[in-house]
Amino acid sequence: MKFDTPAGTNPIDRMTVVGKPTPRIDGPLKVSGAAPYAYEHHDVPGKPAYGYVLGAAVAKGTIRSIDTARAQRAPGVLAVVTYRNAGKLGKGQMNTAKLLAGPDVQHYHQAVAVVVAETFEQARSAAAMIDVDYARTDGAFDLLAAKDGAKEQGGNDAPTAVGDFQGAFASSPVQLDQNYTTPDQSHAMMEPMATIAAWEGEKLTVWTSNQMVNWSLKDLAATLQMPVENVRLISPYIGGGFGGKLFLRSDALMASLGARAAKRPVKVALQRPLMANNATHRPSTIQRIRLGCGRDGKIAAIGHESWSGDLEGGGLEVAVQQTKLLYAGANRMTAMRLAVLDLPEGNAMRAPGEAPGLMALEIAMDEMAEKLGMDPVAFRVLNDTQVDPEKPDRAFSQRNLVRCLQDGATRFGWSRRKGPGQVRDGRWLVGMGVAAAFRNNLNMKSGARVRLDGQGTVTVETDMTDIGTGTYTIMAQTAAEMLGVPLAKVVVKLGDSSFPVSAGSGGQWGANSSTAGLYAACVKLREAIVEKLGFGPGEAVFEGGQVHVGNRSADIARAAKSGEIVAEDSIEFGDLDKKFQQSTFGAHFVEAAVDRYTGEARVRRMLAVCAAGRILNPTAARSQVIGAMTMGVGGALMEELAVDKRFGFFVNHDLAGYEVPVHADIPHQEVIFIDEADDKVSPMKAKGVGELGLCGVGAAVANAVYNATGVRVRDYPITLDKYLDRLGEVA
Amino acid sequence: MRPFTYERATSAQDAAAKAAAMPGARFIAGGTNLLDLMKLEIETPGHLIDVNGLGMDQIVETPEGGLRIGALVRNTDLAADKRVRKDYGVLTRALVAGASGQLRNKATTAGNLLQRTRCPYFYDVNMPCNKRKPGSGCGAIGGFSRQLGVIGTSEACIATHPSDMAVAMRVLDASVETMRPDGTTRAIPIAEFHKLPGQTPQTETALEQGELIISVALPKPTGGTHIYRKVRDRASYAFALVSVAAVIGRDGKGAVALGGVAPKPWRVQEADALLPKGAQAVSDRLFAEATPREDNAFKIMLAKRTIASVIAEAKG
Ligand SMILES: Cc1cc2nc3c(=O)[nH]c(=O)nc-3n(C[C@H](O)[C@H](O)[C@H](O)COP(=O)(O)OP(=O)(O)OC[C@H]3O[C@@H](n4cnc5c(N)ncnc54)[C@H](O)[C@@H]3O)c2cc1C
Ligand code: SF4
Repeated sequence: MKFDTPAGTNPIDRMTVVGKPTPRIDGPLKVSGAAPYAYEHHDVPGKPAYGYVLGAAVAKGTIRSIDTARAQRAPGVLAVVTYRNAGKLGKGQMNTAKLLAGPDVQHYHQAVAVVVAETFEQARSAAAMIDVDYARTDGAFDLLAAKDGAKEQGGNDAPTAVGDFQGAFASSPVQLDQNYTTPDQSHAMMEPMATIAAWEGEKLTVWTSNQMVNWSLKDLAATLQMPVENVRLISPYIGGGFGGKLFLRSDALMASLGARAAKRPVKVALQRPLMANNATHRPSTIQRIRLGCGRDGKIAAIGHESWSGDLEGGGLEVAVQQTKLLYAGANRMTAMRLAVLDLPEGNAMRAPGEAPGLMALEIAMDEMAEKLGMDPVAFRVLNDTQVDPEKPDRAFSQRNLVRCLQDGATRFGWSRRKGPGQVRDGRWLVGMGVAAAFRNNLNMKSGARVRLDGQGTVTVETDMTDIGTGTYTIMAQTAAEMLGVPLAKVVVKLGDSSFPVSAGSGGQWGANSSTAGLYAACVKLREAIVEKLGFGPGEAVFEGGQVHVGNRSADIARAAKSGEIVAEDSIEFGDLDKKFQQSTFGAHFVEAAVDRYTGEARVRRMLAVCAAGRILNPTAARSQVIGAMTMGVGGALMEELAVDKRFGFFVNHDLAGYEVPVHADIPHQEVIFIDEADDKVSPMKAKGVGELGLCGVGAAVANAVYNATGVRVRDYPITLDKYLDRLGEVA
Repeated sequence: MRPFTYERATSAQDAAAKAAAMPGARFIAGGTNLLDLMKLEIETPGHLIDVNGLGMDQIVETPEGGLRIGALVRNTDLAADKRVRKDYGVLTRALVAGASGQLRNKATTAGNLLQRTRCPYFYDVNMPCNKRKPGSGCGAIGGFSRQLGVIGTSEACIATHPSDMAVAMRVLDASVETMRPDGTTRAIPIAEFHKLPGQTPQTETALEQGELIISVALPKPTGGTHIYRKVRDRASYAFALVSVAAVIGRDGKGAVALGGVAPKPWRVQEADALLPKGAQAVSDRLFAEATPREDNAFKIMLAKRTIASVIAEAKG
C-alpha cells in the first residue's frame, strides 16, 4: 500500500480497541519469566557453550602479538577466536569501527577475542589468561581540544542559513550568546548486548537482542561475508535498547565466530563493564546559541551551532535539528561540525540530536525570557510558528505546541512560580521550570503478514521488534480493530527475520510505521475474507467477530474453514512528509528543590503534556513518556561518561560509576496526551511518542534548578560541584 | 575469576590459624565485596575460608555499658537493633544510607569495615593502580578523580574508604576486636584500624596475616543528637561524595567524622573541639593539610557546608 494522500475515514477511526488503555498482552509472559530474552532461548539446536569477550586494553594502537596458548589449555575451553583465526571479515554498513579488533585497535574495549568454554566461569577465567601485547599510539580524546579542527558535513548535516542572521542578531536590542555542553551518555539499558549463535552447515541462526532485525541481519551477513539468505536473526524480546541495539554489535559477531570455531551453539552477553566502551554511546556536544529579540519578545535572529566528535568515518550528533523548526524568526542559521576522536563509537541514543539540542536551546529560551522580562511560557507561545520557518510555504501537518504549553501551565500551577531564588521550604530552595518538547515524526516502510484460521484466530507476523515499548499490544489492537475480533483472538509474532521486513524500532518511527504496515496487510486480508465468503461488492464491516456486507453476515472464522487465509502487504510512504512538516510536540514542567547547604538537586514533581497524533495505547504511551522523563532527569542531574583524556576511555564503565536515576530520584509524574489524529502521517493517524518524552526534560529540570537557586549552569549534568560556590554562604 | 578452594572454618581460631597457614587465603563473610572483586580478578585468593556460622552474629551488652557487635552481624540487623537505634542513632542512619536493602541483608560488620575502595582505576585491571598492583602507578592522579580523596592521601594513592558504617563507628570511638592465629585477642581503636596509604596503599588496615575480626565494641552511650548526612548525586544507592557523622550535645559540643574525603573515616580531635565555633572553624581544622585535585577540590567546600547543615540540624 502506498500512502501518498492524507488518510480518509477507515476502520481504525472506530477506536473500539485502538486508543483504549490496554495492558500489554506480553505482560504475563514477562512477569512470569516465560518470555525468552536473547540469552535465554532453549529451542537452540544443542546445548550452548559460553563465550566471554575480551576487550582491548588500549584506546588506540596495534596488537603486536596475542598469546592464547594458556587460555586454550585452560579447563573447559573449546575455542579462542581472535582476528588471527576469525577468517576474513567485512564490516557492517551501520558500523563505524570494526567489531573485532586486530591488528589495529580503534577504541578502548573493542573486542579482541572471544573465549568459548563449557561454563561461563571457565570462559571468563580463561579470557584473563590471554596475553596481548599492544603498541599504544596517541589519539585525540578531548572534544574541546579537537573542536577547532572540526569540519562541516554535507547533505542533511550541512549548515543552513535563511535571511541575514548576522545583521539581524547585531541589531537586535536584546541578545543572548551562550555556550552549552552536554556529555557523552551511555544507553545503560537493563539487558546488556546478548546473543546465542548456532550454525547448521552453512546456515547461521542468531537469537539476539536487536531493535532493527533487517539492518542487523544484513550487517551480520556482510561482516561474515556470507549470503544473507543463510542467516536468520531472531529477536522477540528486548530488555531495553535506547538506540544502543539499532545495529549489529560485537556480541552477535563474537557469538557467531565462537560457535563456528567451537562447532557448538554459543551464547555471549557482554559483561557490564564492557558495555560503555565496547558498545556505542551518545556523543558529547559543545553548543553555541545566539538569540536576538525585539523588545516585544519576537525572535528576529536565531542561531545554533554544535560541535561533536566521532571515530574517523563516523557521524555527527545532530543537535541543531530542532532549531530549524521549533520557533519563528526570519533570520536563522545552524551549523554542525564534526571532529575526529579516538573515543569509542558515537551513535544514536534515544532522540539523537533533539535530546542534547533541546537541553541547550531550551535553557537559552529560558535565559532570553528572563532578559526580556517575559514569562517563559508566554515567550515560547509568542514565537510559535505553524509553518517550517526555513520554508514558510511548508506547513506543519499538525502542531499543538501552544496548547501543550498553556494546558500544562494551568495544570501545573505555573502561575505560582516566583522569581529566581525566592521560594524556601526548610533547607530547600524550590523552583519551577518549563521547556518545549519537540521531535520529528519519521515514517519507514514496514511490512506484515496476517493469517486467519478456522477458529477465527488472527496471527500477525512481522520482523518488527518490541523493545519494551508495547509493540505486541498495539499490533494486536490494530489487527483486532481492523478485523473486528477481540484482542484475545489475535496472536502477534515479532522479531524474526523470516517474517516480512518491518520498520523496526528506532527514531520513534516504530509504532506508527509498523501498525500502518499491519493495517495494509489487514486491508488485504479483509478483501480476501470477503471474497472467500462470496459476499460480492459493497462496503464490508468487520465487527463482533462477524463480517457484514449489505444484509449478508457470517462469522469471520467461516472464511477460513477450508483453509487458512494469508495476506501480506507493506506500507510505503510517499512525499507527504516533504509537503508537510511532520513533528510531535510537548511541554515539560518540573518542580525541583536544591539543598541550600549541600547543593543536592532533587526533582519534586513533573508534568508532560504531549501532542503526538493518535495515541494507540494510552497505557503504553504513558509508560514511554514517564520512562523518558526519568531518563531526562538522569541527563539533567547525573548521567555522564567520564572521559580519561590520557588513556582515551570512559572511566565510569559500570552501573555503580555511571549513575542513572533510582526510585528515590523520581517523584510524582503526570502525563497528558492531547486528543489528536493526524491524517497526513499514516492511515493510523498516529505519530511516535517514545522519544518525544525525553526531548526538553533536561532543560526543564535545569530551568527549575535555576529558578530555585538563581544560579545558572550550562554544562550538563548539573551536579553540585558546578555551582556550590555560587549558592549563598551558610557558615 | 581464578579457581579457588573453599572451606568452612569450625571456630574463630581455626579460621585465623588456617588463614595464617595459607598465604593468599581470604575470609569470606557476606561476599558482597570480595566476590565482585574476584570476578574482575582484582582479588585473586587461592583459598576462601567461610566465617559464617561461627556464632559471631550476636549483639550483646558489655560490662562497661556499651555494645559488642559480632563480626558477622548483618548490616540490616545492626541498623534495626533497638539498642543501636536508641543510643547509637548515627550508626543506624549511616547503615541505612549505604548500599541497598538486599546488600545490607548480606553485608556483615567486619566485611563492611574491610570493603575496598571504589576508585574506578582500581576497578579496571588495564589501568595502573598502586593499590591493586604495587609499583604500577596511580591512574587516578591526573585522571578522573571526582570521587576520590582530598586529605590523608599520598602521591601513591588518593583513594577513599567507601564505608558509611565506619564513619559512624569512628565518631562513636568504636574498637575493633580481633583474634590472631595463635588464639590471642586484641582491641584496635578504630582510629588506628585503617591505615593511610603513604608509599604502600596496598596495606589498608592494622590487621596482620590471618588476623580475624571477631567483634566491634561500642563504648557506653554519650547521648546527644546523632546525625548522619550523606551527600551524593542521586538520592539513593550511591557512594558518598561527602558524608558527615556527628554526635552533638545540647551545649553544641560533640564529635564529627567525615566520609568520602580520605582513605579512612576522617576525624581530627582538635576539630571536634571547634564545633561550638561553627562549620568554618571545624572544616579549616579538618582540612588543614588537604591536597585536593582539580576534579575533587569541591569536596572541601561541600564538607564545610554539610557540617554547617548538620550543626544547624542539631540546634533544631
Ligand atoms: C552495589 C553496591 C553498593 C554499595 N553501596 C555501599 C554504600 O553506599 N555504602 C557502604 O558503606 N557500602 C556500600 N557497599 C559495600 C557493602 O557495604 C560491602 O560490600 C559489605 O559491607 C561487605 O560486607 P561482606 O560481609 O559482604 O564482606 P565480604 O565481601 O565477605 O568481605 C569483604 C572483605 O572483608 C574480609 N572479611 C570479612 N569478614 C572478615 C572477618 N571477620 N575478619 C577479617 N576479615 C574479614 C574479607 O576477606 C574481604 O576481604 C555497596 C556494595 C555494593 C555491591
Ligand atoms: S587512587 Fe589508589 S586505588 Fe585509585 S588508581 Fe590510584 S593507587 Fe589505585
